[in-house]
Amino acid sequence: MSLREAFGRRLDPRRGPDQAFTSVEEGGPAVRAGWGEEPPPRKGFFTDTSICIGCKACEVACKEWNGVPQDGIFELLGSSYDNTGALGASTWRHVEFIEQRKPLGGQTTGVTIGVPETAVSPGVMLPDENAGSFGITAGSFGTIPGPVAGPDHSGIDLFGSLKPEPVQDKPLVDLGMPAFDLPSASPDAGERTEFRWLMASNVCKHCTNAGCLDVCPTGALFRTEFGTVVVQDDVCNGCGYCVAGCPFGVIDRRIGDKHQPKDAIANKNHGIAQKCTLCYDRLGEGLTPACAQACPTQSIQFGDVDELRERANLRLADLQAAGVAGAQLYAEDPDGGVGGAGAFFLLLDEPEVYGFPPDPIVTTADLPRMWKNAGFAALGFVALVTTAFVGGRR
Amino acid sequence: MTPGQSDDRDVDNQIGQQKTGQAANPTHDDGPRLRDEGIRAVPGTEGQASATATARRTGGGGRGKGKGKGGGRRKKGRAEELMVPDATFTTYYGRQVVKATPWEADIPFYLFAGGLAGGSSLLGAGADLTGRPNLRRNARITAVLALSASGLALVHDLGRPERFYNMLRVFKPTSPMSMGTWILTAYAPGAVVAGAAEVARLLDVERFLPTRLRFLTSLLDWAARPGGLEAALFAPAVASYTAVLLTDTSTPAWHEAHRELPFVFVGSAAAASGGLAMATSPLVETGPARLLAVIGATVELVVEHQMEKSMGFTAGALHEGPPGRLMKASKILTAVGGAGALLLGRRHRAYAVASGLALVAGSVCTRFGVFEAGQESARDPKYTVVPQRERLDARRAAEAAGVPSGAAPTSVRPGPSADESQTTDPTVDPTPHPQEN
Repeated sequence: MSLREAFGRRLDPRRGPDQAFTSVEEGGPAVRAGWGEEPPPRKGFFTDTSICIGCKACEVACKEWNGVPQDGIFELLGSSYDNTGALGASTWRHVEFIEQRKPLGGQTTGVTIGVPETAVSPGVMLPDENAGSFGITAGSFGTIPGPVAGPDHSGIDLFGSLKPEPVQDKPLVDLGMPAFDLPSASPDAGERTEFRWLMASNVCKHCTNAGCLDVCPTGALFRTEFGTVVVQDDVCNGCGYCVAGCPFGVIDRRIGDKHQPKDAIANKNHGIAQKCTLCYDRLGEGLTPACAQACPTQSIQFGDVDELRERANLRLADLQAAGVAGAQLYAEDPDGGVGGAGAFFLLLDEPEVYGFPPDPIVTTADLPRMWKNAGFAALGFVALVTTAFVGGRR
Repeated sequence: MTPGQSDDRDVDNQIGQQKTGQAANPTHDDGPRLRDEGIRAVPGTEGQASATATARRTGGGGRGKGKGKGGGRRKKGRAEELMVPDATFTTYYGRQVVKATPWEADIPFYLFAGGLAGGSSLLGAGADLTGRPNLRRNARITAVLALSASGLALVHDLGRPERFYNMLRVFKPTSPMSMGTWILTAYAPGAVVAGAAEVARLLDVERFLPTRLRFLTSLLDWAARPGGLEAALFAPAVASYTAVLLTDTSTPAWHEAHRELPFVFVGSAAAASGGLAMATSPLVETGPARLLAVIGATVELVVEHQMEKSMGFTAGALHEGPPGRLMKASKILTAVGGAGALLLGRRHRAYAVASGLALVAGSVCTRFGVFEAGQESARDPKYTVVPQRERLDARRAAEAAGVPSGAAPTSVRPGPSADESQTTDPTVDPTPHPQEN
């Protein structure tokens, strides 16, 4: 954000004195929190879901570094490869898998190999009719060049020598495992349909207007010098207010395991609200947070929020130029309902597809009005009782 | 080892079959997928379902508790379908978006007890000033008992009760819980002094004290009136701030009620405290309590009705499932109790006791109903997604219509201006919004 923009925002009459009720401020959230005039640059994540491969290295790295207890024992949720479920007290990174009957951007649909071509059936929902090549039944890949659709390698078998010889007397069983072949390469694969897999690594957004931070009654949640939001587990008394305060459903109160000893890892910080700290301990040492460090595709990018915003906008422009319909930035807008998150996302579909709220607004934005109404109600109560004693003499 | 060489071919087959049955196979037909949808919404376009269809599928609570719907609630469901005809929404495997608070029955009980304490302190102070000794005694004792129960419930609800005092180290206007802690802290001493004086008088503690310590009871007697008045000063805040406690959250059915809920809670507190005073005190002294109860019940019923209208789509949480039953019970009990207090409350003590207790029960149902409705609205993604999607679509439409960026707010800004911009600027949000009061 340029200085001029910052200044303009400061002078914006719509941001009146009532803003004291939220944690909006001009020079980055750390300044308002009392970290002096020149705190370190605000740190955050830019999660580019278009290049996430769903490896869950971020989930593992987060658990390992932060000593987060397990969040379920080998539970199969039946939601694609996502057996984690949701962010919570013991899940600070969560990789989501979404299976959709939508083509990837830049990909021509209706392609089949060995099977007659079919037109796109009218019942299939397409993300955007105007996106370009949909509905064309000509059978070739990548009519629009872009980062998603690469050159056609279908004729080259890079790994052919590595494959085991098929055993003839026993029929092969499809385990549904990833293969190096094209999805429709085998003759019995049937028609090729529109299909795409969205993967995204969800995390605490470290909002500029953080609902959890605003409503915390103990000061356990605080704004760090890096502009992030962190729980002090030795202060939190587990009131649970932040859980409802968060518009994204990120933070939760940890429930320990009664069957294990009190000092077991499962009972670490039992009864205390927990969430991503953006690896506050690592930031202090100038290190990259564990998840971003572990990410093999740089889907999770860590850095100064200002720079990440620029990168995100460039990437979005690239994708849009390549015809990826539905690509959008999420929680990035400084004028948005949470004042621009420290951790924002590039999504390939609408936010609710990923389980994100489509238009979150921090609850404390309405707090002045709430206090006003509660004040009127209290005065009304006094008036009511006075009336009762004046009128109820009989 | 090649896949075919596995010793246990049955296992392989099972896995293979399971895989083809999963939605993971894009070429598979829709049979198993439809069955999946019967359990939970599937992500992406295929997960799009009408809000009401999902409500039917998931029993309105997103938890699949669809059994045992009563005829009355079916009717409500149909009414909702008419209200929201084509609301489609998408979820991530039908999962909730925001989290419900980990609060349990302690908190709705506290909402009731806090209201009862506040109302009783006001009644006690009024009775003290107008010379109604029985009403004063009973109201003050009620207040101190309700206060003690509130305190215990609040501490018990914490994840780490032994650290409750950490709330007393911070004063934070952005946190209604912090403000509530201080409101209670200011309210408690007066209420306790006034209540203790009444208990001491009732038990005739003076008799058991050695002569040297008898001055204590006279001191307590002397302090009872200032204490009671001090408590009455903070009592209205005790009764009304709990509404802010609930509405200052991302829980849809609570937040959307933020305009009216303080008035509903104050009405409920008046009905409960007036009702209990009617039940405990003799007829000759309970004229004010009766009037308070009647007006309180009326306020509660009228404003609650208004609240349901202004909440729009989110009000569905107040009609469905167990919260719906609680809210219905609350309305019936409050209406019956209020009418009984008005028409029969003066005739006979038995009528007064019955209608008073009905009002107390009505207040309990209101608090538990509003609380549980909020929890359900957090667990059911439709209450988070549908209103926000409408807001977002409206804003995008306005942007597409050529509202120049920079000249007008292109998004709902955080801060108190958010509501004004939503309701007064039709280009930003053309969806009908409830009128501000």
